[in-house]
Amino acid sequence: MPESASAGPLSFPPSPAVPSSVSTPGPELVQLLTPEGERVTHPDYDVHLGDGEYRDLYRDLVLVRRIDVEATALQRQGELGIWASLLGQEAAQVGSGRALQPGDFAFPTYREHGVAWCRGVDPLKLLGLFRGVSNGGWDPHEHNFNLYTIIIGSQTLHATGYAMGVQRDGAEDAVVAYFGDGASSQGDVNEAFIWASVFNAPVVFFCQNNQWAISEPLERQTRIPLYLRASGFGFPGVRVDGNDVLAVLAVTRAALRRAREGSGPTLIEAFTYRMGAHTTSDDPTRYRLQSDLEAWKLKDPLERMKAFLYKQQLADAAFFAEVEQAADELAARVRHGCLTMADPEPLAIFDAVYAEGSSLIDEEREQLAAYLAAFEPTAEGRSS
Amino acid sequence: MANLRHFALPDLGEGLTEGEILKWLVAPGDTVRLNQPIVEVETAKAAVEVPSPYAGVVTTLHHGVGETVDVGAPIITVDTEPDGAGAAPGVAVLEHDAPEETAVEPGLIGGPAPGGRTSVLVGYGPKSVTAKRRPRRAPSGVENVAAELPPPPARVSAAAVGERAAMVAGQVAVLAKPPVRKLARDAGVDLRSLVGSGPGGTITRADVTAAIGATATVGTVTASPTDALAYAPSPAPTVEMLPQVDPATREQRIPIKGVRKVMAQAMVGSAFSAPHVTIWATTDMTPTMEFLEHLKGRPEFAGVRVSPLLMAARALLVALRRHPMVNSSWDDDAQEIVVKDYVNLGIAAATPRGLVVPNIKDAGRLALPGLATALNALADTARAGRTSTEDMSRGTITITNVGFLGMDTGTPILNPGESAILCFGVVRPTPWVHQGSITVRQITQLALSFDHRHIDGQLGAGFLADIATLLADPAQFAVWG
Repeated sequence: MPESASAGPLSFPPSPAVPSSVSTPGPELVQLLTPEGERVTHPDYDVHLGDGEYRDLYRDLVLVRRIDVEATALQRQGELGIWASLLGQEAAQVGSGRALQPGDFAFPTYREHGVAWCRGVDPLKLLGLFRGVSNGGWDPHEHNFNLYTIIIGSQTLHATGYAMGVQRDGAEDAVVAYFGDGASSQGDVNEAFIWASVFNAPVVFFCQNNQWAISEPLERQTRIPLYLRASGFGFPGVRVDGNDVLAVLAVTRAALRRAREGSGPTLIEAFTYRMGAHTTSDDPTRYRLQSDLEAWKLKDPLERMKAFLYKQQLADAAFFAEVEQAADELAARVRHGCLTMADPEPLAIFDAVYAEGSSLIDEEREQLAAYLAAFEPTAEGRSS
Repeated sequence: MANLRHFALPDLGEGLTEGEILKWLVAPGDTVRLNQPIVEVETAKAAVEVPSPYAGVVTTLHHGVGETVDVGAPIITVDTEPDGAGAAPGVAVLEHDAPEETAVEPGLIGGPAPGGRTSVLVGYGPKSVTAKRRPRRAPSGVENVAAELPPPPARVSAAAVGERAAMVAGQVAVLAKPPVRKLARDAGVDLRSLVGSGPGGTITRADVTAAIGATATVGTVTASPTDALAYAPSPAPTVEMLPQVDPATREQRIPIKGVRKVMAQAMVGSAFSAPHVTIWATTDMTPTMEFLEHLKGRPEFAGVRVSPLLMAARALLVALRRHPMVNSSWDDDAQEIVVKDYVNLGIAAATPRGLVVPNIKDAGRLALPGLATALNALADTARAGRTSTEDMSRGTITITNVGFLGMDTGTPILNPGESAILCFGVVRPTPWVHQGSITVRQITQLALSFDHRHIDGQLGAGFLADIATLLADPAQFAVWG
């Protein structure tokens, strides 16, 4: 370009260097519970819970983490093909999952084990998928919780379409689409934003910004904080402390209410950190610093809730011991259930493809059946 | 009773075939909790801590730091009932065998792929690291032949070496459907030695069946591995498994330990405590072979392999009833001969991890179909590497089947605690005097080793003669049965 960047009306402001606000939250971060467990206030968001409800949230956090730890161990022991750990993201998932009403519908990625827990999906259904003995895992309509979606970001379109259906039914339900910071770069996600925006669909886009798209840090994915992107599509975005279960609950409830009231979509950026590997096939020590991990350990979602319960005298040692025991029992159940899962019938892969069947599928089923029969020794084969 | 559980290295990523031991976090004698980190393993994808799947006391670490371990090979043994009565059994039974080195061909999942990578289901597989593979401390390929018998026939070794050589040369994969591959593997046929008659050079079931037939008529092995007790033959020495020879001395020094050490002690103990006598008999099995063909068509034997070994086992059981003293043990401490009214019939099996002798409990009470089923189950269990300590304990007499190795017979060493072992050779078409003229008959050789302390020559000879008589004339079963 012959002209200098500063000359003439066509000039643009210089691109900023990587803004610190992309990966460093500022005052915009909604927080109701500090990492030290101090209850703080926010002008726009608050929750008022009974003592038992606070304790239940803590119990959820502990149980969800225990499921995750056990599943990770089972993978390391050869019992699961792969596992995507949610370690560090418990509060983002439990807070948003518990904000949902029974009629609401959630569209997860493959890491929303905590949301699945809140929706009443048996953890063993999740493990069956990763053990390779289940072709889907659960009935989405039984729990209003869609199947895990492996394709990055495509579930945001499914959620938007579902939300438009809810809108056309005149129902008062809301939809939540889960995705990650990496998925925010996907075309599908941006298309979903546009459709949801122009149709005013009752959908909440819940982004768990765990700072890492496998090995790619957030700085290489965006020039502005993710929550600010929503304004370009014409709906509000909010950044919440993803390790603060109370703040996540408050923010998600507000966004769902907004969707139900017909005010359209909201983008929530739950600012958190992926404490484990992307999946069990990944080695994060190859691309990130231990010191980052140490800094985030101080913001642990469970520890701050535990500190809060102690300080507010909402729970005593007996309660914590009881939760630990419940977690141990749950882990034992998960382990035993995983080890005793039956292998599926090979032909079952054809069963849930089309609701009303298909002649092509029938043909393929017959071909596979014939192929499998070829392993049976023939009279000739047995004597040779 | 101690309960030894073996943990095999799992596929820690997606489609990985091996890992390197970086650091042991526990040592033998340590108590471990469920999910306690026990070892750091580095794979092509990540260095990870592996948590223990068992709670108990560590008894064995199977590999040292720096060793590369195949996925599926045991890395640690944990006693989950260390306080139980009874000492830990000397021979640890391995639940998982090391995968056969040459089992996966290029292009298949887990096999070599272009660019030195391993084929995986999705995306790029890890780099194969054959070149930097370290020497194994426990060579598993060339050591496991029953008794003191020669290694497997050269037919298998040459084929396997050729297969690996072909891989190294980067040749294209053999084309065959999985059921055909399985048939060939079960029968010990090297697909690379065949010319495919199917579309595009595909090897068909008929090609493999023909190859099996050809092998039989050449006359080396009539009792083919599928027909006889089909243990996975010892992996032939492949390029990877050739000893790491010290160039200075042109020698390799292999530590004696593990299963090899225990087996050696048992063999030495047996050979130098029980004075062995071995006698031979040659018999015409043609009527038995015809009888077997007849049995195969009967509904009682549908779905089970009916083999010459089955009849040999049955003949031994019938002969034992006529000579019960052979089914006994010498109790040196008590200065008594223990004659047993039950027969726990051992079948010696060469597996990739070593010699094992599982036995069929109370085999004397089984009718022929039950015995056939039990032999099948024993073979399948051994081949899968799942033979348990219980399966191998309290044997009273043993058969070692060297016929499937192509051998005529041998001089077997007694299984410790037993007094007789029958060696059953290959059934070979042989010129034979039959009804006054020379014709081709199905001939086999039998050998019996026995403990000469309490079994004298006449008893041993009578016992072996009975077995030979039964195999030469199945009608004799009805007379003595």
